Amino acid sequence: MTNEEKKCIAQFEIHHTQLLNQAGELVGPLPDFAASYETLLALYRTMVQTRTFDSKAIALQRTGKMGTYSSSMGQEAVATGIGHAMRFEDVLLPTYREYAAQFQRGVAMSEILRYWGGDERGMAYANQPHDMPITVPIATHVPQCAGIAYAMKLRKEARVAVCVLGDGATSKGDFYEGINLAGAWQLPMVVVVTNNHWAISVPREVQTRAQTLAQKAIAAGIPGEQVDGNDVIAMRHVISNAIEKARSGGGPTLVEAMTYRMHDHTTADDASRYRDQSIVDEHKRLDPIDRLRKYLTANHNWDDDKEKSLHAACAAEVEVAVNDYLETPPVPPETMFDHLYETLPDALQAQRDEVEQLGKQKKGGDHHG
Amino acid sequence: MAEITILEAVNLALARALEENPDVVVFGEDVGVNGGVFRATEGLQKRYGAERVLDTPLAETMIAGMAIGMAAQGLRPVAEVQFMGFIYPTIEQMICHATRLRNRTRGRITCPMVLRAPYGGGIHAPEHHSESTEAIFAHMPGLRVVIPSSPLRAYGLLLAAIQDPDPVVFLEPKRIYRMMKQEVPDDGEALPLDVCFQLRDGADVTLVTWGAMTHETLQAAEQLAAEGISCDVLDVATIKPLDMETILNSVAKTGRCVIIHEAARTGGVGAEIAAQLAEHGLLSLFAPVQRVTGYDTIMPMFKLENDYMPSTERIITAVKKTLEEA
Ligand SMILES: Cc1ncc(C[n+]2csc(CCOP(=O)(O)OP(=O)(O)O)c2C)c(N)n1
Ligand SMILES: [Mg+2]
Repeated sequence: MTNEEKKCIAQFEIHHTQLLNQAGELVGPLPDFAASYETLLALYRTMVQTRTFDSKAIALQRTGKMGTYSSSMGQEAVATGIGHAMRFEDVLLPTYREYAAQFQRGVAMSEILRYWGGDERGMAYANQPHDMPITVPIATHVPQCAGIAYAMKLRKEARVAVCVLGDGATSKGDFYEGINLAGAWQLPMVVVVTNNHWAISVPREVQTRAQTLAQKAIAAGIPGEQVDGNDVIAMRHVISNAIEKARSGGGPTLVEAMTYRMHDHTTADDASRYRDQSIVDEHKRLDPIDRLRKYLTANHNWDDDKEKSLHAACAAEVEVAVNDYLETPPVPPETMFDHLYETLPDALQAQRDEVEQLGKQKKGGDHHG
Repeated sequence: MAEITILEAVNLALARALEENPDVVVFGEDVGVNGGVFRATEGLQKRYGAERVLDTPLAETMIAGMAIGMAAQGLRPVAEVQFMGFIYPTIEQMICHATRLRNRTRGRITCPMVLRAPYGGGIHAPEHHSESTEAIFAHMPGLRVVIPSSPLRAYGLLLAAIQDPDPVVFLEPKRIYRMMKQEVPDDGEALPLDVCFQLRDGADVTLVTWGAMTHETLQAAEQLAAEGISCDVLDVATIKPLDMETILNSVAKTGRCVIIHEAARTGGVGAEIAAQLAEHGLLSLFAPVQRVTGYDTIMPMFKLENDYMPSTERIITAVKKTLEEA
């Protein structure tokens, strides 16, 4: 039987949103929020701030002052849009490239530095009570997002859970399990797939034969759409619509944000082993920051002076965070026991005492030696 | 002959296996083009082709599951999990299938697969990249769990694991991946999977260890030797099944035993060794068995990893404590 002879029982389309083209020209209807210069400036500022932070973090790693770091260079618009579209009481479940969202949600730059500096205190988030910490085991947070969203739904709260993951992560079972539940139970959640074309050395087209990652939503029975993830206006717009739909009981959405990983996977990686610099250079033309700057210049009298003072302000802010990080008081070793349980079981007290004792000896040794 | 590291020995063994047996297939995340994040599979895809050295999609359950399927068809899959911290999705496949296929089919279908993963702390890695959870696998009946601690043993034990007719989890102590070099003849000779290796001959106390802790343990033995204390040092190497005979013979000679491992103490493989010493070697012991291990905490992030892992000093203290008893 040919397909013509068979009955078509379902058809799907995947839509892509771009509002600013590469040249920073408006190519679609301007969303209401984007009429405000203040809002655009806030988005622009977050992206510049994040990139400034990023360069500094890489430098800290390179000079031995911090551990491995994962850069979000070139992808800033994705997390900037997400963070801006969320309400404070919503919950973000980030991976390790959503700094721009985390900063907007109250996570301190110094906390992120502490995290990559090998210190659990970098996940304590003094000014962010709701969000989950960075997830490293890939895609494990998608089912958790569904659980968080269910809790919100059960309590009839007008809150939304937003989970961000990579293109590679969509190959993992946890991802499918999570979005399936989101669909089955119509949960107030948004899943954002940051398609930066690479999972370490594995290119997106080796990862899956699917034409888009957005279409993975179809099998879960939820809407899936694609957005230009280097267009912060489109990003903010699409995510905001998805979040508000979820908030008002309209169910989950999967958004695939198209961007590009400009840096090595992490500072421990050497991307020159598996990708040509020329491809990376190609993508420089798509840079999200350049794009919004062009728009601001053409439409809001943005100029070099404003640009310079913004950069100076961001650099100063990062500087403060770096100093705060570098002056972090040492972690007493015995505190490795202090957050295992609400109260330390008696069975562990002797081990804690031993660590405390050895820590004191070491400290004493350091002073005298 | 050039001297090579553990990492290079792993690569050499994989190349030898691919060369000698067309059924050998090597795969995992980033193992092909990139040659593995630690370079354990460097150059293999170029030499043996993308059909036998493959980059998989990012999914550990799938990696373990497909290895089982390939093995059930008589291939010799050697699958890599990028870090032990990401091995947990394989557990269902390993415990429900890999270890049981032979048993469930009364030998009709077997599972000659190898699951490799770098493991252990001490390299300033990010969260989840420093785990030593070998006991989880050692608890699975039907599995072999092998941990090399030198280039020679990495080469010989990996070949043995690939040749073995049953599933093997092969854990590579990444802290010492590049720490030492040895001449390793590429002779295709496998080492036995069911014996401990004696790293140092001694009369006063038996030190039992494996993986990267062999380094601190040998250091401790060296320093103790200067004080006139002689240590018999055993690298267990295959923590499942255990060669208790060698351990018991050593303890019969020394009368004292200190077990050293990086993993958390409770339910660690050291507990099994101590239990078997109590069952079968109690009468040759002059002193209670000591364990020097990681603590029963979450593996701390790297600021505190050295406070977590057994140090040479902690081993020396434990040895001296066993010697205090008459
Ligand atoms: C379960 C699991 N397997 C392997 C890894 C190692 N790893 C870290 S990041 C990564 C690639 C992730 O790619 P993608 O999902 O596209 O996110 P990106 O890093 O590109 O942002 C891998 C394999 C991990 N962290 N977790
Ligand atoms: Mg990616």
